[in-house]
Amino acid sequence: MAPAVPRSGDAIFANVERVNAELFTLTYGAIVRQLLTDLEEVDEVNKQLDQMGYNIGIRLIDEFLAKSNVTRCVDFRETAEVIAKVGFKMFLGVTASVTNWDTEGTCCSLILDDNPLVDFVELPDTCQGLYYCNILSGVVRGALEMVSMKTEVTWVRDMLRGDDAFELQVKLLKQVPEEYPYKDDE
Amino acid sequence: MQFFGGSEISPSPPVPTASGNNAHMMYIFNRNGVCLLYREWNRPLRTLDSNQDHKLMFGLLFSLKSLTAKMDPSSTEKGNLGVPQLPGQGCSFHSFRTNTYKLSFMESPSGIKIILVTHPNASDLKESLKYIYNLYVEYVVKNPLYTPGTPIRSELFNTTLDQYVRGLG
Repeated sequence: MAPAVPRSGDAIFANVERVNAELFTLTYGAIVRQLLTDLEEVDEVNKQLDQMGYNIGIRLIDEFLAKSNVTRCVDFRETAEVIAKVGFKMFLGVTASVTNWDTEGTCCSLILDDNPLVDFVELPDTCQGLYYCNILSGVVRGALEMVSMKTEVTWVRDMLRGDDAFELQVKLLKQVPEEYPYKDDE
Repeated sequence: MQFFGGSEISPSPPVPTASGNNAHMMYIFNRNGVCLLYREWNRPLRTLDSNQDHKLMFGLLFSLKSLTAKMDPSSTEKGNLGVPQLPGQGCSFHSFRTNTYKLSFMESPSGIKIILVTHPNASDLKESLKYIYNLYVEYVVKNPLYTPGTPIRSELFNTTLDQYVRGLG
């Protein structure tokens, strides 16, 4: 039997249930707004968004693996390509490109062509330290942790803060292979 | 299938061919060895209590995976036997058959292991295991009230599983 071919991001995106883009954007905006009211500190909000993203990511990975049929990526380069081309397309409907590889191949940047979360958004002066899309960095970190990769994901460029693009830096810290969880004498 | 909200799942479930349950048991483990689900449809002989049974099953698969990866004639670099591997790396074994049962196995890169024990004449169950993984995603992972890493207690998931397994050839 031929091995299952991984499906392209477009094919999967055409098949999953989609939600209205404005509803998505406005709901996310409402969440951030509420977090700002509840927590008041911009750093706290950033941390909370990352944590929420992490909780999403650990579940998202199973859906991603089930729907896209990708097999284990051979190295981190392939992982980054798969996230940019299949993952972002499948869940957000936008593609990203992978650039800025470092010499060891453990650190790269994902540049989003388009970001549906930030439509209609403008940051006021009181929230200048806010990473509005921090949930995305949490999602990537959580998902990669479930496939044995400990990573650090940060925003390098953010259009809401005046830069010209959305750039997410993904840095692989280490690969954690699974270990036999039971002690031998139990 | 309509209950997935119109989205296409691959693969689509096979047409029910026989009545009665065709599978004996099913286990789902996560990467930490926690048995998320154990379903039993037809198991006349029970030798161990369930905790030991789960540990035995998990240990068996862990060792078998290690062994098959080590004996792989096509791969160039192999660690020593027992060296932890990343889930999905190296070659993974699919099934083994004895004269009384067949055990089929699938592991996702995220460490979710699905084991299905059926009668020995069952055909290749890779597609079925993939379908069960899709069911797991829809009914368990997407359930906000489910804590990942804990045993699954979802009536809906159990019922859908039972229905699906009933139709396996």
